[in-house]
Amino acid sequence: MPIQESLQVVVKKLQDKFGDSILSTQEFRDEVTVRFKPEVWVEAHRFLKEDEDCAFNMMIDETAADYPLRTERFDVITHLLSLGKAHRIRIKTQTAEHIPTLYSVWKTANWLERETYDLFGIIFDGHPDLRRILLTEDWEGFPLRKDYPIEGYDI
Amino acid sequence: MGLLENKFKDSLITTTVDSLINWGQEKAMYPLLLGTACCGIEMMAVGYSRFDVLERFGMLFRFSPRQSDVMIVAGTVTKKMAPVIKAVYDQMSEPKYVIAVGSCAISGNIYKSYSTLQGLDRIVPVDVYVPGCPPIPEAFAYGIIELQKVIASRRVIRKQPTEADPGAQPRTNVHEILRPGHIKLPTAQDYAAHLDDEITGQEQGGLLESGRRRD
Repeated sequence: MPIQESLQVVVKKLQDKFGDSILSTQEFRDEVTVRFKPEVWVEAHRFLKEDEDCAFNMMIDETAADYPLRTERFDVITHLLSLGKAHRIRIKTQTAEHIPTLYSVWKTANWLERETYDLFGIIFDGHPDLRRILLTEDWEGFPLRKDYPIEGYDI
Repeated sequence: MGLLENKFKDSLITTTVDSLINWGQEKAMYPLLLGTACCGIEMMAVGYSRFDVLERFGMLFRFSPRQSDVMIVAGTVTKKMAPVIKAVYDQMSEPKYVIAVGSCAISGNIYKSYSTLQGLDRIVPVDVYVPGCPPIPEAFAYGIIELQKVIASRRVIRKQPTEADPGAQPRTNVHEILRPGHIKLPTAQDYAAHLDDEITGQEQGGLLESGRRRD
């Protein structure tokens, strides 16, 4: 089953605009995933928000995934929703540790990035207030990294 | 209580006075609510009129540790919450008792994870454990009856210095509650060495793609 038409337009527009900066475009069960190079991370999101055919005006989630054996071990992932067009998209990129913040595009990225920093230790460059949000402030380590012991350090 | 220790032997008068004091205390325990997770809902059911477990034992919910005799910890205790519970416990006046309600408060239950305290008794002395997930109100009532038995068997003016008493527990500073930071953590070098071992193992198996982390 083909993906919905408005999303096809979005993917086409992204490919036209970003070209080589798109590493891959996946489609699985009507869900579209676009993987960008980290250099265009903010620019791509701003385009997705402000372009009238994309119109992703809501950030659902920003999170990460850890692949410890890779050189750039973290995938940073955002889920976007367009309330007007009723379509969703998933954006990925990968990084070793640093990635620019999306706070300038969506204000909700503030806490989502703090959570991602808290649990994965990814530094969001330019974030206004990058502190731990869930764990205690003196916590050491980042629990959702794959090399953190799954049971933690017992007390 | 320190003035009385070892001064009185068992006699008709001292045992009577003791039982009188204990009787007064066991019939009017004021519990402090600490519903830390879902067992807290069950604790509310216990307090309301359908089961009416608490008031029939003369217990009245208090919301200040300074007015309470019994701390009821109902629910999962996270490591972030642990210093708070310890601080609240330290604010209660003697004699004080602790009931751990639910499997999580007792042992961490299924949450053997980085964020959950593996048992309330790691930070405060626990007098009664009420197991269950969550425990039914009848179990809760049974736990309270057990606590009354604990109080009834207490020696107050006949106290011997050797007897264990919650008041004799060594006090630790609230801020000394062990957090991961107080335990030697593996350093980045340890992680890297660990990963190197893994990578070497996988390389020998021929599973590794190029460009993996080696530093």
